[in-house]
Amino acid sequence: MKRHFRVWRGDATGGRLEDFQVEVNEGEVVLDVIHRMQATQAPDLACRWNCKAGKCGSCSMEINGMPRLACMTRMSTFADGETVTITPLRTFPVIRDLVTDVSFNYEKAREMPAFAPPPNLRPGEYRMQQVDVERSQEFRKCIECFLCQNTCHVIRDHEENKRAFSGPRLFIRAAELDMHPLDARTDRKDFAQSAQGLGYCNITKCCTEVCPEHIKITDNAIIPMKERVVDNRYDPLVFLGRKIFRRRGLDEPAPPSPARQPAAVVPQTTTLDEQGRLPLSEFTFERPGAPSPYGEDVQFPLPADGISYHHPSEERPEIDQARD
Amino acid sequence: MTTTAVRPARPGARAAISARTLRRDRWWLAPLLTVTGLTAWVVYAVVRVYLHKWYWVEDHHYLTPFYSPCITDRCVPDAAHFGRVLPGWWIIPEAAFSLPFLLLFRLSCYYYRRAYYRSYWASPPACAVPDGHKRYTGETRFPLIFQNGHRYAFYAAVVISGINTFDAAIAFRGADGKVGFGLGNLILLGNVVMLWAYTISCHSCRHIMGGRLRHFSRHPLRYRLWTFISRLNTRHMELAWITLGTLAVTDFYIMAVAADWFPDLRFFN
Amino acid sequence: MTTTERIERHHYDVVVIGAGGAGLRAAIEARLAGKRTAIISKSLFGKAHTVMAEGGAAAAMGNVNSNDNWMVHFRDTMRGGKFLNNYRMAELHAKEAPDRVWELETYGALFDRTKDGKISQRNFGGHEYPRLAHVGDRTGLELIRTLQQKIVSLQQEDKQEYGDYEARIKVFAETTITELLTDDDNRIAGAFGYYRETGQFVLFSAPAVVLATGGVGKSWKVTSNSWEYTGDGHALALRVGATLINMEFIQFHPTGMVWPPSVRGILVTESVRGDGGVLRNSEGKRFMFDYVPDVFRNQYAETEEEADRWYTDPDNNRRPPELLPRDEVARAINAEIKAGRGTPHGGVYLDIASRRSPEYILKRLPSMYHQFKELADVDITKQPMEIGPTCHYIMGGVEVDPDTGAAGGAIQGLFAAGEVSGGMHGSNRLGGNSLSDLLVFGKRAGEHAAKYASSLTSRPQVKPSDVDAAVETALAPLSRSGENPYAIWHDLQQVMQDLVGLIRRKSELEESLKQLADLKDRVAKVAATGGRRFNPGWHLALDLRNMLLVSECAAKAALTREESRGGHTREDYPTMDPAWRQVNLVCSLDAGSGEVVITRKPVPAMPPELLLLFDRAELAKYLTDEELADYDRALAEARLNKLDGSAAAKEATL
Repeated sequence: MKRHFRVWRGDATGGRLEDFQVEVNEGEVVLDVIHRMQATQAPDLACRWNCKAGKCGSCSMEINGMPRLACMTRMSTFADGETVTITPLRTFPVIRDLVTDVSFNYEKAREMPAFAPPPNLRPGEYRMQQVDVERSQEFRKCIECFLCQNTCHVIRDHEENKRAFSGPRLFIRAAELDMHPLDARTDRKDFAQSAQGLGYCNITKCCTEVCPEHIKITDNAIIPMKERVVDNRYDPLVFLGRKIFRRRGLDEPAPPSPARQPAAVVPQTTTLDEQGRLPLSEFTFERPGAPSPYGEDVQFPLPADGISYHHPSEERPEIDQARD
Repeated sequence: MTTTAVRPARPGARAAISARTLRRDRWWLAPLLTVTGLTAWVVYAVVRVYLHKWYWVEDHHYLTPFYSPCITDRCVPDAAHFGRVLPGWWIIPEAAFSLPFLLLFRLSCYYYRRAYYRSYWASPPACAVPDGHKRYTGETRFPLIFQNGHRYAFYAAVVISGINTFDAAIAFRGADGKVGFGLGNLILLGNVVMLWAYTISCHSCRHIMGGRLRHFSRHPLRYRLWTFISRLNTRHMELAWITLGTLAVTDFYIMAVAADWFPDLRFFN
Repeated sequence: MTTTERIERHHYDVVVIGAGGAGLRAAIEARLAGKRTAIISKSLFGKAHTVMAEGGAAAAMGNVNSNDNWMVHFRDTMRGGKFLNNYRMAELHAKEAPDRVWELETYGALFDRTKDGKISQRNFGGHEYPRLAHVGDRTGLELIRTLQQKIVSLQQEDKQEYGDYEARIKVFAETTITELLTDDDNRIAGAFGYYRETGQFVLFSAPAVVLATGGVGKSWKVTSNSWEYTGDGHALALRVGATLINMEFIQFHPTGMVWPPSVRGILVTESVRGDGGVLRNSEGKRFMFDYVPDVFRNQYAETEEEADRWYTDPDNNRRPPELLPRDEVARAINAEIKAGRGTPHGGVYLDIASRRSPEYILKRLPSMYHQFKELADVDITKQPMEIGPTCHYIMGGVEVDPDTGAAGGAIQGLFAAGEVSGGMHGSNRLGGNSLSDLLVFGKRAGEHAAKYASSLTSRPQVKPSDVDAAVETALAPLSRSGENPYAIWHDLQQVMQDLVGLIRRKSELEESLKQLADLKDRVAKVAATGGRRFNPGWHLALDLRNMLLVSECAAKAALTREESRGGHTREDYPTMDPAWRQVNLVCSLDAGSGEVVITRKPVPAMPPELLLLFDRAELAKYLTDEELADYDRALAEARLNKLDGSAAAKEATL
């Protein structure tokens, strides 16, 4: 049976919804249909996918306006004759067709201080109880499809918040580490509030709604983190309790010595510079100075026929004429 | 061959999709229902609170939760279990102690926040639908930063739920001072049970009971409490709506009996 | 063609191609050794195929059953691989796996726990004791995420030190390498590829390259592998003069979904059987009892009652035959289907619904439940699954030095780890051994690549002519008008599926070679429409070349090996032949003609101290008479020295 699809095609300079009539068979998912489009009608239709089993989180897109994984959207969930509209994720810059630049998420992940191993335990000596690891394990189910990041209106509708706001994916990472039985850092809550922008979240729960792994992002990670922040910052009772009983938060391990604990990582924007150029790391290069941008094997002067430089006069003869 | 270590500038534009949302399901239904439901309830509650009457059924000792604890000097003396300390100016509700805290408790409740941010604020009205605000700072600054005080409202709500329990308990005193039992008692009891369920299923309560622990295994009792509350907590939204319902029903029933629209259905005494 | 295009250049000490478990582990090790390291990933960072691994990582930690140790694990691995394994790799793997798993915990991994707080271990096909460290049924995801986060933490350290996250380790996501470059002395000088995103070319200048590109499954039609599995590493290695071994051994996972079609090939983890699932044919018979081969007769239950008791009392009962090694189960299922006792959609039933409570299934197999429910609308707590064999893993790969992971053949500076390397698993891989293989040999490859890079006195230089040639090859499909790559790919899959599948015949293999030759001509004329920016058609056109080369190796090796063993079953030679056990088939590219050449090479013989870990009765099933005579001599000698063979064996472990 042929069905009608509308697929957004284009790139950063613009694009539009194109119509396709595609064969659909019983038991197929949207990704199957996209593959059929590629094989029969549009070989260059750009689309990310990997496992096609809902385990890698690559084929994130918006289907009939809802952020979803194409491999987990069964065609049988649409009404007969319903047009299916497929668009790229809206929150991130588009690269081409259904592929977007999701580097925002990786940059935010890089600002998140990593797991700090307990200083006094060697590998193999870790002992943790199942009940203690279960909460964090829920968050480690995350397949990094970034649907939650895409649907979160804090950055979806307000590009300017991207600088200050890390998004639900990183909030569950913060919760995961804060609830990790052996993590040696104690500043996760502060980091979540001050550097990740936990306060921007107004718990409207869209992240939980779109999560293909059914992680209870809001109830089990964001709200508990907000409450933990309240413990730390806004709760004078807890503050008094600590003063009176001379103890830190319940169960917090003793803070590691200052030398071991790197300073909280300040949020950074991308390491690409404004022109999208890569940074040059001279420090670690084997020779003094940067490597030749032309390659070590290039001898100067270059042979004239191998040079890509074109004199402006070749392209804009009117200038020369004007001078004449 | 010439080479260079330059990567072309990456244009940062989002996909140019003209439609604000491509959702075609009835995403507007949920916020619409929320607005209707909450507005209707608030209107009813305001009207009731400023009626200043029909809150106490003398014969059966029923006191509506909207007037509990009754602390203005306009209160029927028998209904004022905690004294009459406030002047009876019309702007002051009889339950001037409890209502503000209950309002705060519900306003700062994590569920209600979701509900009214979505429906009244349209921030966002539904997932993947634009929120239509120019700027957005969430709960990072005044006044919304005070949402972080939810747990204080929770502490107050526990006290008030206790008072409601007390009201429900003394309502078992019949007209002659002995034990009596009628439909009003059932309604009051049902209301109190639901109020407790809603109050302790609160996210702050879940956190205080055990959520803040890092090692459940060292606190088995608190772990069991946390597990219990976590189970209730998944029903927090339902309980929020159910309690709105039971509050309104309880109040209406007591109003009707107090105004003699119909008599209380007594099982005995 | 002289290109006027600017080619981005990067200088690294170690370039790791592949960002799955092995690649990331290698990169971590190279970076820890102080080398500037690049990780090249065909897809986004953290999406590698490793996430699909469900069961767990096999490591003899003995947390659940204290009888377990590396010797038992070594025995299981050799037995599973039908003694064709490189014994040294199997030994290193068994010895080092526990350390590698424990290491992951220091990176932040959260495995499921035992009651006393250690890492919990589960049963799996072919493993004598519960051995697989796991996290529910998403162990692969945990592993990749842990390694990914470790890399991020190393980048944070570099940021502290140098002010740049990418000062010493950088991930090039969505970048494909199309060619390895060498200098005149056959030393690796770099790698050439393109950014998928922009289609821009990129050149890495590096003295050491670690291949960790995974497998080749996308050349088959029914496969559990993702699009990335196009045999890039295998082909890259061949083209620079390295050799491949054991390419005929391809593991067909016995339990892939066969219905509905959208999820055909997707795996049903072995844990379903480990946790009580049984296989039934269309007549409702639990048929695996009829397929226990003689070599395994003593280890497996003979009655359903005994098999069912094993789940609760494994010490006093033999295990159910559903937990036989994968090749045996796959063959049994295939035989049932061929005998007409399959399901309507050409599979058999895997039933756990009638044997375990829904709560138990949800607790033990959450993502299996989730996967079936969401992808196929099948509720595994209520109805049986329809499953059949699916192409899953290639045991063969780059011939490497067991200790260093350095590729054999005429090339220097090339290392390989993970699925792309060969030898570790012999003719068949045990479930759970791949994740530990990634960690053990990933680390070794990274470590030795770093060491090799340090040992060089001069940096090998890329030859500009090679780069020009690579550019030309890469651009060719865009400039010609020819056939649609998808059509060729479809035909290639059909050829491999039908003619080089689970059960092979001489005539079919010969036919496959003929058809592959035709395909080769078609691939030479393949065309891609559209531009260079994220153009999947172009990417496929470039990958086809690799798929075809690897398919040819597999088909040729399969035709040469005239016996059935592990992942290679010949209908015309249905039994194992001890003489063939001594032979590895080595694939290489003939420098002149560019044709795939198969040569024979002896399998390294196990030293006596390892040989003595086995019973003579067991070895008799695999070894030739001369080898058994060697065993007897070694045993006598050991007795003479120590009066006790087991003591000698114990001493060998020290």
